[in-house]
Amino acid sequence: MTLSDGYPTETIIGLEVHVQLKTQTKLFCSCSTQFGAPPNTQVCPVCLGLPGALPVMNEHAIDLAIQAGLAIDCSIPPMTKWDRKQYFYPDLPKGYQISQFDLPICADGFVKITDDNDPEKIRRIGIIRAHLEEDAGKSMHDEASGRSDSRIDLNRCGTPLLEIVSQPDLRSANEAKNYLTELKLRMTLLGVSDCEMQEGSLRVDANVNLHIDVNGEKIATPIAEIKNMNSFRAVEHAIEHEIDRQYDVWEETGKTIKDESKTTRGWDDATGKTFLQREKEESADYRYFPDPDLLPIRVPRERVDAAKASLGEMPAELCQRLQTQYGIKLYDANVIVNQGRELIEYFETAATTSGDGKRTSSWIQQDVMRTLNEKQIRIADFAVSADQLGELLQRVSRGDFDNARARDVFSHLIKNAGTVEDAVKALGIESVDSSEIETLCKELLDANPQVIDDVKSGKKQAVGSLIGQAKKKNPNANPKQVRETLLQLIEQA
Amino acid sequence: MLDSALEVLRLQSRGEATAVEIAAKAIDKIEASQGSINAFTHVDRELALMAAEAVDQKRRNGEPLGPLAGVPVAVKDVLCTKDMPTTCSSNMLRGFRPPYDATVVEKLRQSDAVIVGKTNMDEFAMGASTETSAYGVTRNPWDTSRTPGGSSGGATACVAAGTVPLSLGTDTGGSIRQPAGFCGVTGLKPTYGRVSRYGLVAFASSLDQVGPIGWSVQDIALLLQCIAGYEPRDSTSLNLEVPDYQAVLQSIDMRGMKIGVLRNELDVDGVDDAVRDAVLSSIDIFRDAGAEMIEISLPHSSYWVPTYYVIAPSEASSNLSRYDGAHYGHRVPQLDPEKAESLGPLVATYCQSRAEGFGAEVKRRIMVGTYALSEGYADQYYNQALKARRLIKGDYDAAFSQVDLLLGPVSPTTAFRLGDKIDDPLQMYLCDLFTVGANLAGIPAISLPAGIDAAGLPLAIQLQAPPLAETRLLFAGAAYQAETDFHKLRPDNFGS
Repeated sequence: MTLSDGYPTETIIGLEVHVQLKTQTKLFCSCSTQFGAPPNTQVCPVCLGLPGALPVMNEHAIDLAIQAGLAIDCSIPPMTKWDRKQYFYPDLPKGYQISQFDLPICADGFVKITDDNDPEKIRRIGIIRAHLEEDAGKSMHDEASGRSDSRIDLNRCGTPLLEIVSQPDLRSANEAKNYLTELKLRMTLLGVSDCEMQEGSLRVDANVNLHIDVNGEKIATPIAEIKNMNSFRAVEHAIEHEIDRQYDVWEETGKTIKDESKTTRGWDDATGKTFLQREKEESADYRYFPDPDLLPIRVPRERVDAAKASLGEMPAELCQRLQTQYGIKLYDANVIVNQGRELIEYFETAATTSGDGKRTSSWIQQDVMRTLNEKQIRIADFAVSADQLGELLQRVSRGDFDNARARDVFSHLIKNAGTVEDAVKALGIESVDSSEIETLCKELLDANPQVIDDVKSGKKQAVGSLIGQAKKKNPNANPKQVRETLLQLIEQA
Repeated sequence: MLDSALEVLRLQSRGEATAVEIAAKAIDKIEASQGSINAFTHVDRELALMAAEAVDQKRRNGEPLGPLAGVPVAVKDVLCTKDMPTTCSSNMLRGFRPPYDATVVEKLRQSDAVIVGKTNMDEFAMGASTETSAYGVTRNPWDTSRTPGGSSGGATACVAAGTVPLSLGTDTGGSIRQPAGFCGVTGLKPTYGRVSRYGLVAFASSLDQVGPIGWSVQDIALLLQCIAGYEPRDSTSLNLEVPDYQAVLQSIDMRGMKIGVLRNELDVDGVDDAVRDAVLSSIDIFRDAGAEMIEISLPHSSYWVPTYYVIAPSEASSNLSRYDGAHYGHRVPQLDPEKAESLGPLVATYCQSRAEGFGAEVKRRIMVGTYALSEGYADQYYNQALKARRLIKGDYDAAFSQVDLLLGPVSPTTAFRLGDKIDDPLQMYLCDLFTVGANLAGIPAISLPAGIDAAGLPLAIQLQAPPLAETRLLFAGAAYQAETDFHKLRPDNFGS
């Protein structure tokens, strides 16, 4: 990449992604992980860190972590363990976080994304490790009230997180977004996480710096870690902003990675800028050591194999199957799969009912997704069920009505829900008897004899003007049927 | 009466005393002894009488009674009780009431025991003399100018003073066995994982274990039976069946038992002659009872104390991080404005709350442990200690492939004078010279009364057994007590 009128630069990005695992209960106690409960109502002596309370590992979290690790091609070592990461903060009531230090549950994986510059090419983004840890609580600072008032909600405390650490293999903001999209897709397809950034079930920290090529000499800028980004768009923008900022600062100060240790920066959506949070990342000493309250975890081969067997289809396999099973193109299969499990299921149901995968795919990509975007809703909240869309498209294929009429029905369904049948009735669309069509066509031919001559002399398109007239006389007349009847009558004439 | 749980049970079943009468007597004795002994941090007459009344009621109704029905039991103040404060004898937790009972406390209640109160201890169980308590020292009933030992000093002194027949202590490096020895009572540290640690306020999680204290092996077997067993809330508790500890005491025969004598321990500098003699004469007693006695040594025993004093403070520094003044426990009432300015209000709150809430010994261990775990030092200290711990375990494994039990002293000395060692931490740490090995290896060990020295102070011997061989300890302990009357010796004024 080259910045305008600057030296050629390469952007180096590594992402640390926290994925909240979809367990019913917390990682080390039986409190609920449900989001949105009133503060401090989902707590117990264990997650409050009361004296004498002891953690007991949630086996389901281990299974989900293994599945997640396999989905990003990690190896699952036969032994893993828990370590304490120690620091003081009010949202961490034990004074340490139970995490994994030197033996993470998942190691050494990768995710494939399409190359930024060449969509035909695939890039392999390395994953260093994925480890389990418990989440901290939430601190809420209210400085507006005049006195600096802080409140702590410990509901989230002890919720299981999988921290997925990538290699610094990403080269642009767009690649970072693609990587995150792929990661989220895999996690949601598996059902191991909801990956809702708004609810904090997916959190991203980005480590960014530049390699600037100054006449053949590679100069690295100081690394910044960007935090508090709450959407993929924010990640993209924050990285873009950071690239410009780092280049400008380097031009101004000449400071390189050797002159300044890692800084922590926040992202402000409103200003569209990153801002300094912590000047020098003091190489914090977390004094990790094995948690003596928990036993090391042995992960037998059979457990990994069972997880592998339960993985289901990953995106590439899914695309392959959608192509062959529904006769759609790779590009279309990709678009659908990238929307996630709910939309894939919607497509499959609709395509099966309609019996026409191509038509269903194009309707979903255009009419359905456009509506979802406009209304900012998810497919689960969409008024037109997959069955009804399938039914509608089946009627289009059968020739009951054309696309324009089908769109009327679709709009009616979006507004009023209900069945296709109801919509057809409400809109006064009746199927017209073929003898009725024949009578109509005869009338039109009698009134326009020159059309018969035109067609007979080889200009079939001449019937087009009659189709328009037929629709005017009877809006329910199916154009395809009218056309066929007209041609038939002309031939017999 | 209050020096035997079995006697207390008998009196009730014969109708010669009610649980309420027994509880009232225990509380009276506790209150009478508090001034001179100070074994308790908290006593609750009303609760005890209510629990006793419930037992009497059950008995009157002919309902089934638990194995400790109506027996007054004292609980070390490191075990959580939902109806009494749990302070660990620290200002940090002054007045703290946990919302739950420790598993062992739950089990006491299920056994129909009458919990009379919480016993004094070294702050957060760190010490060997009960002098680091924030609630004043506990004095030894045999000589009130002397320490009862520690950290379970209150738990052993309350038994020795005749206030209750049984108490629960905890043992991280000898904290049941050494004070039991100093107070002339019997104390047992079970195998790590035999008794649930849920609700035991952690000092060093990989070493802590709850155990019974009483006069006789029969009595502590009864209490051990009630508290032992798997519990899913403690991941380190062992999911194994608990043997019938009383059944093994029905017929005692030491023939065929091989006991290894840790002869080297007797030659260590600083071991009292009387302590040495007590062990030597116990060799004859066991031999006469039919056991085969052979000399044996544990090659890495000189590393026990240094290993222990790296691992225990390391874990403690982490376990005690939760006392930060933010959520519960002591919080500095008024921030020093200068500190608030320089450190910020949050860090100043942490620093001042912890500075005020913890005593000197606790702070010392937090600092030692923090240092031992720090980047650049962990390899030299903590990780090195873990390696030493494996060697120490290996020594025990090798020894137990040759013998059934190990015999040696509990502590190098008898009860020392209050104030003698409190300003010399290294001297104090050497009290643990012979006891920390069992904690590092996770094995069970028992301290048995072994006579009185010239100064009138109790002597003791220690038996150690392989993991889960508590039955063997109780069996051999009962054999020893069948041949001796040491466990029947009482301090002066005991009856009063």
